Amino acid sequence: MAELGIQADISGTRDNTSSVGDFFELMKPRVMSLVVFTALTGMAAAPGSIHPVLAFIAILAISIGAGASGALNMWYDADIDAQMQRTVSRPVPRGRVSAEDALAFGSFLSAASVLMLGLLVNWTAGALLALTIGFYIFVYTMWLKRRTAQNIVIGGAAGAFPPMIGWAAVTGGVSVESMLLFMIIFLWTPPHFWALSLYRCRDYERAGVPMLPVVAGPTETRRQIVLYSLVFIPVAISPYFIGLGGLSYLAVSSVLGAVFLKLAFDVRRITEGREADAAAKKLFLFSILYLFAVFGVMLIEKIVLRVLA
Amino acid sequence: MTGSSEYPVPLTEKQVAARRHRSIAIALALGALVLLFYAATIVRMGGNVANRPLAVTGVGLLKGVLR
Repeated sequence: MAELGIQADISGTRDNTSSVGDFFELMKPRVMSLVVFTALTGMAAAPGSIHPVLAFIAILAISIGAGASGALNMWYDADIDAQMQRTVSRPVPRGRVSAEDALAFGSFLSAASVLMLGLLVNWTAGALLALTIGFYIFVYTMWLKRRTAQNIVIGGAAGAFPPMIGWAAVTGGVSVESMLLFMIIFLWTPPHFWALSLYRCRDYERAGVPMLPVVAGPTETRRQIVLYSLVFIPVAISPYFIGLGGLSYLAVSSVLGAVFLKLAFDVRRITEGREADAAAKKLFLFSILYLFAVFGVMLIEKIVLRVLA
Repeated sequence: MTGSSEYPVPLTEKQVAARRHRSIAIALALGALVLLFYAATIVRMGGNVANRPLAVTGVGLLKGVLR
């Protein structure tokens, strides 16, 4: 901690000066935006229709559920966050929100979001949201994150559920198509996070989080990034072949997929010095763009189709 | 307990301001929640809101139950 020059306070001290913004920050707004976006795509891609008011409520409940997961994660992982440069300025390690307030806030929002989605939209979507929150907190945060290098492989499922929840909000069920949307995010997660952990390796090492580069070394991590990317890109293109995506989806997912693969191979090839970190960072940032792009194209295609219909 | 009335600890200006802002945010969130539940109820009931019987008499209720 001293190395980072911080005064982290994770003791749960209450000084009653937490602002509304501090609580909002607990909800990981950037993660929430990706969740909202993928859930919205799931809703748009689903067959059938939903009243706009109910669609708005569904998206709101899903985003609150994602925010609640973020708050509970920040409560449980405050000790780790305090030791990592990337997370040290979060509200709990900074002492701006007490750990017990983060726990209460996250727990209340979790229950409220699930009840809201279940009562006002449907209980399949509500149950999937409850499963997502539970999976993220109990399976990923509490069980896997500190124990295994496969933490983000299995834990990635939590981030993959939102389009499935969006789909369920419209149809009331789960289908092959919605599972494919789940698989896209599920397989995207390992190369995305392993690229990050390659250039943040010391952070994870210091915090004692067994990310793949810490446990198996950077060479094995680079190999795994390429392997997962080779599986991920065909799966990301496949919605076209089951009619879930159109020609523009095929074009965008294929062209950007080729760039994704090139960047993954660059990460494997460049292993020394700052260039290696730069290659990993490039893949990390591009992976975010890729996910936004493929889900964005699918969303636009579905909106255009509905307008023309 | 000591004789010097330290309890309750007086809040500082910063604490009072932060608490006021949190209270306003909670009030707004609760208000929004009430509106959302109201809107969702109307949407889900649809035309049935207008078609419901406006008055229920004891006899009518009994007939309905017996039917």
